[in-house]
Amino acid sequence: MQEREQNVPTQPGYHTGVGGARDGSGENVSRIGAVDHPVRSHADGRRRMNRQDLRKRFRPGEFLIEKAIAIIAFVSLATIVSIFIFVFRETLPIFSSEEKPAAVVVPQEEETYGDEFVGEAAKNIARSDRSRSSETAGGEGVATLENLLGLVWSPVSADPRYGILPLVVGSLKVTLLAILIGAPIAILAALFTSSFAPRWSKEVLKPAIEVLAGFPSVVIGFFALVVLASVLQKLFGYQYRLNAFVGGVAMSLAVIPIIYTVAEDALNAVPRFMTEASLALGATKWQTALLVKLPAATPGVFAALLLGFGRAFGETMIVLMATGNAALISLSMVEPVRTMSATIGAEMAEVVFGDTHYNVLFLLGSILFLFTFSLNAVAEIFIRQRLLKRFRGI
Amino acid sequence: MKHINGSTKISVEGLNLYYGPKIALKEIGIRIPSNKVTALIGPSGCGKSTFLRTLNRMNDLIDGVRIDGDVHIDDVNIYDRSVDVVELRKRVGMIFQKSNPFPKSIYDNVAYGPRINGIRERARLDEIVESTLKRAAIWDEVKDDLRKSALALSGGQQQRLCIARALAVDPEVLLMDEPASALDPIATAKIEELIYELKENYTIVIVTHNMQQAARVSDHTAFFYMGELIEFGETKKIFTTPEKRQTEEYITGRFG
Repeated sequence: MQEREQNVPTQPGYHTGVGGARDGSGENVSRIGAVDHPVRSHADGRRRMNRQDLRKRFRPGEFLIEKAIAIIAFVSLATIVSIFIFVFRETLPIFSSEEKPAAVVVPQEEETYGDEFVGEAAKNIARSDRSRSSETAGGEGVATLENLLGLVWSPVSADPRYGILPLVVGSLKVTLLAILIGAPIAILAALFTSSFAPRWSKEVLKPAIEVLAGFPSVVIGFFALVVLASVLQKLFGYQYRLNAFVGGVAMSLAVIPIIYTVAEDALNAVPRFMTEASLALGATKWQTALLVKLPAATPGVFAALLLGFGRAFGETMIVLMATGNAALISLSMVEPVRTMSATIGAEMAEVVFGDTHYNVLFLLGSILFLFTFSLNAVAEIFIRQRLLKRFRGI
Repeated sequence: MKHINGSTKISVEGLNLYYGPKIALKEIGIRIPSNKVTALIGPSGCGKSTFLRTLNRMNDLIDGVRIDGDVHIDDVNIYDRSVDVVELRKRVGMIFQKSNPFPKSIYDNVAYGPRINGIRERARLDEIVESTLKRAAIWDEVKDDLRKSALALSGGQQQRLCIARALAVDPEVLLMDEPASALDPIATAKIEELIYELKENYTIVIVTHNMQQAARVSDHTAFFYMGELIEFGETKKIFTTPEKRQTEEYITGRFG
């Protein structure tokens, strides 16, 4: 009894007059009264402000840190901008080169990169072909719009073709596959660890999946090339060992941890009172996760998907190793494809500087950049305007 | 054991609750009568909210909570192994201190409960939404904006919407955890009026920090202090002639 009264909370009473109500409450008053008011004890009532005290001060440490951070920020910004400028500048000659006489019409020798075993040899032949033809024709292939929008990518043949459509299609195919395979897995995994997993398994699962995000893509590519490709071929029995499907599956390994991490954070950020409200209504954990948590976390999950999309679209090593790199246009998911990023990665080292081929590769780079950029811009607008309005009631 | 005449809805015996090694509720025994409003009062941290949350097992969600003792609602010991928590929470609805509508439309908020119970037909849902919004005394204010986001409502409207949402699953008991503490006096008055009307059909247990509110809305009052139930009785008696000195000191505002 006595002990209880010692611990009487000291916050002001509810619905009582200030201070007065405490008077006469017996022995516990003395204890409450003994606690000095922390602010009042310092205010002595006679102090006055003057200009001297409140004059602006120069704080050198503050100043230096502020400026240093600003400089670093601007340097990184300038670096990014100059990369853009460089990429775009190297792209420009394609459009500015004056109309050369149309490329010599040589009967088209179909040369693809479809057959992995002869790839290098074919390139060598093609190169010697081209040097011969450039002697005779006195010019290189011209990247006219017609040529660029063509369906054939054979930049090192006698009659170079810079049709980028197969590459764009290839990139989209692999990226979409990776997202279609990776997103459901990643989001379900995020739902699981944020809503169901017992604490110990959550503490194991989350870091484990996040470590996967730091996996070097060349390792994933190698794994896909050596193991995954054979396993999947045996499983599904399609014709080409390396193809868009293998690339997509391998790429999903790279994409899952990214989507998972961001989506998990978004799901965890859903306020507890919202999930409690649902559970208190007699919803099961699954219903709560699916009907309350996921919708409330939609902007974050959407951002996670876009991040994954961007990563997959720009990813080079995995697709270079796992997709077979044949610049084909087809709807089939089990035929080889060649992506834009893999093309740049494979050909940039062998190309002549200032060559049309060189410029076209930079065009591919610009497309990659513009695509990701506009994707992010659209996402930003979409999330801000639509989803926020819908889910936050702003 | 504090005994109250009339039919008992919830009867608690020897309830102890621990947060890890710390004991938060000590030997609570109480009989909460049906179709009445029972107020739980007491200073912050005295265990009244914790006790409220044992009645629909919301404490199960908190790590490290251990409970022993008996909590019977009607004939069922709700902590029995065979009891399904999900079913229990459908019967024992809860209103929280901070109004917490889902970031969905007004309609979808109320229809959430019926939907998770498998009601899909449009007409049936419409009917439930309208009748529960009416019972929660908010229909007239929102009937033209059912598609609008619930978050666009004022605080008081949101709280009444949450009450409607809880009513839509047709519970028997309503637990209210300081339902009006974040509201202005006018909105508070509306909630209190609503509580008064609802007790005809529901057993209501309400936690409140507001002594006048307890006096106004409740039939019975339980005073909690330091994890113990100090006194329980008819509200009129608790507020005029309390038996325990601590109760008297608390309700006269000498501490808390």
